[in-house]
Amino acid sequence: MKPKETRLQLQAAPLLKQNMTTGQTMRDVLLALLPATLAGLWYFGLGALLVLLCSIAGAMLTEWIFSPADSRFERLSDYTALLTGLLLGLTLPPALPLWMAFIGGAAAIGLGKLIWGGMGQNLFNPALVGRAFLLATFPIAMTTWSPQTGPADFFQISASNLAAPFMQAAYDGVSAATPLGLMKFEQQSTALWALVSGNTSGCIGETSGLLLLLGGLYLLLRRDLDWRIPAGILGSAALFSAVLYILDPIKFPGPLFSIFSGGLLLGAIYMATDPVTSPLTPRGAWIFAVGIGLLVILIRIYGGFPEGVMYAILLMNAATPLIDRYTQPRVFGKGIKNQ
Amino acid sequence: MAKHKEDLHQEFIKGIWRDNPVFVQVLGMCPMLAVTNTAVNALAMGAATFFVLVGSSFLVSSLRLWIPRQVRISTYIIIIATFVTVTDFTLEALVPKIHKELGAFIPLIVVNCMILGRQEAFASRNSVRLAVMDALGMAAGFLFALLSLGTVREILGEGKLFGFSLFGPDFEPWVIMILPPGGFLTLGLLLLFFSWVKERKQRLEQRLTQLESEAQ
Repeated sequence: MKPKETRLQLQAAPLLKQNMTTGQTMRDVLLALLPATLAGLWYFGLGALLVLLCSIAGAMLTEWIFSPADSRFERLSDYTALLTGLLLGLTLPPALPLWMAFIGGAAAIGLGKLIWGGMGQNLFNPALVGRAFLLATFPIAMTTWSPQTGPADFFQISASNLAAPFMQAAYDGVSAATPLGLMKFEQQSTALWALVSGNTSGCIGETSGLLLLLGGLYLLLRRDLDWRIPAGILGSAALFSAVLYILDPIKFPGPLFSIFSGGLLLGAIYMATDPVTSPLTPRGAWIFAVGIGLLVILIRIYGGFPEGVMYAILLMNAATPLIDRYTQPRVFGKGIKNQ
Repeated sequence: MAKHKEDLHQEFIKGIWRDNPVFVQVLGMCPMLAVTNTAVNALAMGAATFFVLVGSSFLVSSLRLWIPRQVRISTYIIIIATFVTVTDFTLEALVPKIHKELGAFIPLIVVNCMILGRQEAFASRNSVRLAVMDALGMAAGFLFALLSLGTVREILGEGKLFGFSLFGPDFEPWVIMILPPGGFLTLGLLLLFFSWVKERKQRLEQRLTQLESEAQ
C-alpha cells in the first residue's frame, strides 16, 4: 500500500544539504590519485597494473563476501573498498607476486575495516593495515624492488609477478634499491629532479612527487581533505630533517630529499587525511600531523627500516581517540573548571 | 540411573563445545598464544595440561571434604603443582626436544587459570565421577583449541603439518604466523568463527521453535 503523496514534507534537521556524500568524496580521491597511478604504470609497466588490479579485487571481493546479502551492492557502490584496494596497491612493490597483492587487499578490508564494524568504525587506516600485514608476513617479497622498465617495455611482466599462489617468487635477478635504501645503507643521495618526476625505483604509486602534489591540490580545492594534516606532516618532517641536516650535512639527508623520497607525500596527502582515522578538531589535526612528521624522520634515520611513513601513520592513528578527547573545544558558556 | 549417565555425558560434552575453555570462556590464553606455533608443540602442551587437569580434579574432588575453606586456593595450587612437576620430569625424560621448545611454559601450567578455575568452580563441589568427567571434557576442549590454532599456524607459517611438508619446497612461508602477532590474529579469527557458528545455530533453533509454535 503506497501512502498518498503530500506536498508538505515533514522532516528533521538538517534541512540544508550539501552534495558531499561518502561516494562523492571517494570518487574525488580516486580522481586525484589517477595521475600518480598512471605515472606508476608508465614507469613500471603491465606488472604494476596487475598488482593494482589484484589488490583491488582482493579488497572488493572481501567486502562483497562479508556484507549482508541484501546490501552488497550498496556497500560496494560507495567506492571505499575500491579506494582501499587502490591505495594499498600503490604502496606495493611493482614486482610483488599477484597472489600476495590479493591477500593484502583481503587483509586490508577484513582486518582493517570489517572486523571493527565496517565503514567509519575502524581505528587504523585499512590500506596501511593491509600493507603492515603484508610486510610482516612476506618481508622479503615486500622489500625487493625492481628497476623501472619504462614505457618501451610496457608489456614485459617480471617472472615474480606470476608466481603460483602460496609459492615463492622467482626474481629476475635485477633489483634496484629505493632512494631511501640508498641513503640509509650506502649514504648515497638521489637527484631531486628524479624524485620529483618519479624516475626512481620504489612502490608503484609513491615515486612521482609532482603528480601526488597535483592530486592533493585538487582535493584541497574540492575541500575533501583537512589541509592542516598534510601541511603539518610535511612541515614538521622538513623542519626536523633541516635541523639534522644543519648539524651534519654528510650523514643526514636534506629536507627536500626527505619530503620527496619514499611514501611521505602519498601518506601525508592520501592516507593520514582519512577522515575516519584522523582527529576531528583543528588543534587535534595539528598534533596528529606533527606527530607523524616527527615519527617518519625518527624511524627513517634511527630505525631499522629505511622507510617509516606506514608505521608513523598507524601509530598516530592509534593515538587519534586520545587526541580527540583532549582537544575538545570548550562549550560556550561553560567554565573551564567544571568542563 | 539413566539420568545419572546422561549427566556424566553432559559434563564431558560441555567442555568441548558449549563451555569450551578457550573459545567460550577465553581462559588459559598464555599457553594458547605462546606455544602454538607448531601442531606438535600444541599437542604436547595439550597433553600435559590434560594430565594435570584430570589428575588435580580427581584429587581435589576426593579431598574436598577435608580441605579447609580458608586455605583452599593454596591447597589446590599445591596439588596442581605436584602434577605439573610430574609432567615436567616425564616430558624431559621422554621427549627432551619438545620439552626444551616448550621451555618455561610447562612449569607455568601451574598458573593456568583454566585449571584453577575448574577446581574452584567444579571439582571442589562435585563427586569424583562428575569432577573427572568435567576435567576430561575441559581438557579435551583445551586440546582441541590448542590443536586448531597450532595447525593453522604451522600450515601457513611453515607449510607443514606435524613436521611433514604439505606444499613442497617452494612454499612461501607466512612469517607473521610463527611470530606472536600471528598467534593473536589466528586466535581472534578462530574466536570470531566459533561465535559465528554459535550464533547461526541459535538463530536456526529460534526459527525452528517459531515454526513449531506457528504450526500448532
